[in-house]
Amino acid sequence: MDALYLLVPVSVALVFAAIWVFFKMSDSGQFDDMEGPALRVLQDDDTEGK
Amino acid sequence: MNALPKLDAGAQQEDCFHCGLPLPANSDWQVEIDGMDRPMCCPGCAAVAQAIVEHGITDYYRNRSGYAVTAGDGALLPPQLRLYDSEESARKYRAADGMLEATLSVDGLRCAACVWLIERRLRQLAGLIAADMNIATGRLLVRWDPAQCRLSAILGAMREIGYAGYPFDPARHEAQLRRAGKILGRQLFIAGLSMMQVMMYAVPAYLAADGTLETDMAALMQWASLVLTLPAVCYSAQPFFRGAWAALRQRALTMDVPVALGIGAAFAASVTATVRGSGEVYFDSVTMFIFLLLCSRVLELAARRRAAGALERLQHGLPDAAQRLDAYPASRSATTVAAADLMPGDVILARPGDAIAADAVLLEGETSLDLSLLTGETAPQQRVAGDDVPGGAVNAGQPVLLRVVRNAAGSTLATLVRMAESAGLGKPALAQWADRVAAWFVAGLLLLAGAVFLFWQWHDAARAWPIAIAVLVVSCPCALSLATPSALAAATDALLRRGVLIVRPHVLETLHRATHVVFDKTGTLTMGRPVLRDVGLYNGAERERCLQLAAALETGSAHPLAQALLAAAGPRSVNADDLRHVAGEGIEGMVDGVRYRLGNAGFVAGIGGRFLQPAVASGQSAVWLGGENGVLARFDLADGIRDDAARVVARFTAAGKQVVLLSGDQQAVADDVARTLGIAVALGGQLPDQKLAYVQSLQRDGAVVAMVGDGINDAAVLRAADVSFAMGGGAALAQSSADAVLLAGRLSALADAAEGAGAAMAVVRQNLAWAMVYNAVAIPAAAMGWLNPWMSGVGMSLSSMLVVANALRLRRIAKGS
Repeated sequence: MDALYLLVPVSVALVFAAIWVFFKMSDSGQFDDMEGPALRVLQDDDTEGK
Repeated sequence: MNALPKLDAGAQQEDCFHCGLPLPANSDWQVEIDGMDRPMCCPGCAAVAQAIVEHGITDYYRNRSGYAVTAGDGALLPPQLRLYDSEESARKYRAADGMLEATLSVDGLRCAACVWLIERRLRQLAGLIAADMNIATGRLLVRWDPAQCRLSAILGAMREIGYAGYPFDPARHEAQLRRAGKILGRQLFIAGLSMMQVMMYAVPAYLAADGTLETDMAALMQWASLVLTLPAVCYSAQPFFRGAWAALRQRALTMDVPVALGIGAAFAASVTATVRGSGEVYFDSVTMFIFLLLCSRVLELAARRRAAGALERLQHGLPDAAQRLDAYPASRSATTVAAADLMPGDVILARPGDAIAADAVLLEGETSLDLSLLTGETAPQQRVAGDDVPGGAVNAGQPVLLRVVRNAAGSTLATLVRMAESAGLGKPALAQWADRVAAWFVAGLLLLAGAVFLFWQWHDAARAWPIAIAVLVVSCPCALSLATPSALAAATDALLRRGVLIVRPHVLETLHRATHVVFDKTGTLTMGRPVLRDVGLYNGAERERCLQLAAALETGSAHPLAQALLAAAGPRSVNADDLRHVAGEGIEGMVDGVRYRLGNAGFVAGIGGRFLQPAVASGQSAVWLGGENGVLARFDLADGIRDDAARVVARFTAAGKQVVLLSGDQQAVADDVARTLGIAVALGGQLPDQKLAYVQSLQRDGAVVAMVGDGINDAAVLRAADVSFAMGGGAALAQSSADAVLLAGRLSALADAAEGAGAAMAVVRQNLAWAMVYNAVAIPAAAMGWLNPWMSGVGMSLSSMLVVANALRLRRIAKGS
């Protein structure tokens, strides 16, 4: 059970890390378009000149 | 408001260039404007002037007719907003009676109660005549007296209470909505993350049998929960705290107040318990409550956006640019110009798929037009050269040339948008009542929570906090403040899609209550133009042949009777020549070597010999056809009854409403139409005054009268009726004095409106009933201590979502029927 004294603070730190990552992603506009990237990946625009 | 110093043409170097106040001694603030250093009285004015120069709008100083307000006394206001005070923008906002009127879009709306707050604050301003906020579109209509008030003062007053307003601009409005949605999404995410984690630390405390959880471990869990609750309270709950603060500063009560109090009290109590190491903690309840409340906010925001969908489509329907043929007919090269620059008389080109930028007449070509935006009618309509084309119609056929008859701002679609916008801005009595009740409800709730806290403090002090928090959190006046306006907005929007434009806010409510439906005859139940009712044949003539002969003789005639005969004949197979018109008598012509006459009986008898004239039924016109061998046919023409008239009348009768026909025509004609349609009461020979008197006498007997007319000839009686509908749209739209307009000229749209009104009122009743039952059960239960704070949070959020979802059902009216 002693491990919990370490793990609980670590989990709290992890949540704050997750919040920080989320804000960075949100600021960079990753959530602005939820559909476009999924469609774009289907287009083979990197196989030009075939 | 202080009188502004008079603007003096001779530059007075001792006065501030921006506000006109005398310069203080030793001041050296200057801004370079138009190549000259201008003195400023204070850093505030200097900053504003600098901003104006930097925005490239120095014209303001050239065009202004008075000094600006000193910048010092309104530093809250961004300098750009002051520009809205200029003469130029005043011209833009000019309303009919010398007052100014503007539509503002408002940022920072949190709930329906914000609306009440904004309106209340603005109405305190001197010179402000009206302020109507539309929660569904986030738009505010203000009217003010330019002599006493300025737009910047209105915007400043809104900023004081925490709302940013801007003169309405669709692009900015769009960006605002997107930003609000993004911030709300982030707050929801943080609240969700925090809620899940805090729940994990709460579980051991719930599950562990008494005494098995070590004190140290319990304290660790509590501290971890506290740290994780911080982002939810400090970031995600911001909208509630801000809203509550803004409301309290205005000495008003909105729903945010008990919510913020509940969150604050629960959090404070938990922090105290954690620090002391004894007592209950509610971190899990706090985070869950914030999360669920944000969920219902997200739902509300989506509902609001969807409720304004049809209006938005209209706003985007009028194109910004048009192809103008500057040198027509010499040259056909088109230049792209802004739609706002089109003047009457300009010739424009509309390619297939283009929306027509302004009301115009088709000059060249023929095409089909999609008018669905304007009338709700989906089938494309054929138009040929010489026909009118309303602005906003989409060209679905060939490229055509048009001549503009009205500029873009006066086009049918622009008028429609303006009317629809101002319709949403007014508030029906029902919603006003709900707003007032909601404010009292919140006040009562706060008192009750206080009383409950005191009681439990005395009775069982350990439970006082959680129970008071549960009471604050459990109540839900959302059906009052939220569901009523969103139900009405959803129904109004659905009806606009069906071609019913609701101009005044009380229409749905009143139509539902109406006991009498009064129809005008001509142009309402009937089409207002003659159609062929019957053909009488003589001397062995054939019906088809007679119709063809008549059509051949009438070719090229614009007379309504001729049009009716041409329409009845269908495609033509015979041609007439040697046509001769005799004014007031008829037409003579040769077909296949035989001379025929079409016209009144005497005229036809002139070549075919005398014949017996049967009496013509009243309300009908007879046109005779005869040849050298005698009379051939009698065409009976009468004002055509609309196809859907009988169905609409039957529907109102079935709904228990008394249907009445009021007509200016003779009694016999009115009786005839009434009999055909199954209307019990028909009054003919009514002058406008008599119609008015009749409606008023019905009202004196306690009737609620819905009147349907053509909108222009019946203006007085339409105004007198409790709720009125006008047929048709087009150019007559703006002059119509009715409460609602049936845009497509379809009478069945009226039945849709009645159905929409019934559905909207049913939803409002359901929501109010639900709110009453829920609050009557939940609040006492919380006060008795039967509910935990978290249960209250769940109950409140579910109740909000239920009423909003119920209101959204109304959008289906568009698909039903």
